Amino acid sequence: MQRNTPINVKPINKNKVKLFLQVTLYLFIITVFEFAIAFTVPHEYKWVRIFIFIALTIVKAYYIMSEFMHLGHERGSLKMSVLLPLLFVVFLLFILLFQADAIYQAVY
Amino acid sequence: MSSTTIDIKEKENLWGGGVSPMKASYGKLMMWFFLLSDAFTFSALLITYGLIRFSHPSYEGAIDDFVFSQDYWPVPEVVFEAVPFLHGVHLPLIFVGFMTFVLILSSVTMVLAVEAGERMDRKGVEKWMLWTLLGGIAFLSCQAWEWSHFITGTETGSKLLDGSIFYGANLTMNEYGPQNFAALFFFITGFHGFHVFSGVMLNFMVFFQAVTGKLERTGHYEMIEKVGLYWHFVDLVWVFVFTFFYLV
Repeated sequence: MQRNTPINVKPINKNKVKLFLQVTLYLFIITVFEFAIAFTVPHEYKWVRIFIFIALTIVKAYYIMSEFMHLGHERGSLKMSVLLPLLFVVFLLFILLFQADAIYQAVY
Repeated sequence: MSSTTIDIKEKENLWGGGVSPMKASYGKLMMWFFLLSDAFTFSALLITYGLIRFSHPSYEGAIDDFVFSQDYWPVPEVVFEAVPFLHGVHLPLIFVGFMTFVLILSSVTMVLAVEAGERMDRKGVEKWMLWTLLGGIAFLSCQAWEWSHFITGTETGSKLLDGSIFYGANLTMNEYGPQNFAALFFFITGFHGFHVFSGVMLNFMVFFQAVTGKLERTGHYEMIEKVGLYWHFVDLVWVFVFTFFYLV
């Protein structure tokens, strides 16, 4: 039955494609910037480097989730049911990093 | 029943069934929740890396004087410095950066395939899915090279704790640093690589369904969107693996 109805192909949504290419450009620039940080900021500033890397990674993750995975344009309830449980990850991160320091103090 | 009654009822029973309160189909919603559980798995692996890495001493000296040793955690830019066909040239992190970008680009071709699907453009879906497949296969090939290089090791090797010289890495010993360094490398990049492999298989499945016209007969291309979510997640995880394994 459906085979008889002609397929109606709509024209390309130029705004959407433009947005995707813009996001690609942002991701590229951030990655290049991360490389610049990796080779210009000396390793003595370990925590500065780690802080910048994590901040930039979160920016990249935001763009991928919000635009590529379309989460930014979903209902608030869907956004929250995906994002709020991730707070457990932050919790685990803090527990295990403190644990790491305790192991280090005990062994060395 | 008049339309006003239905409106009021929908508002009252938003979570009572019969409507989609999150304005997303069952399949898409379940894909999101699967990805959430997968995110927990990857977080656990990466946080374990942090736990083990910071319970070992870090290297304190200058990067130029760095030598592999079992006494401290290696600096990743010294371990991952090789590029295929450029043997002996010191190019830290260049190859991983290239791999990152291959995966990001295949994510871009995936959104373009989803966009084509929304317009019922079968030719566009086929074209962009083919590029996405190519990106995934290119990434896996790069990873295969990276693994074989890591396992083979350097020409000089390095001294293990018992004094013997060891070249390359396996699950219990490695020349780069503490035992767990190589084990974590194999676990984390291997688990991610297996996700990429599954993603390529799923991408091929929907590509096949698009080419044979199955999706067109269904009347929508939502399958591309669902598999696309998985594919972007694989890219998202790599962004984190890249930061925590190769940059920090």
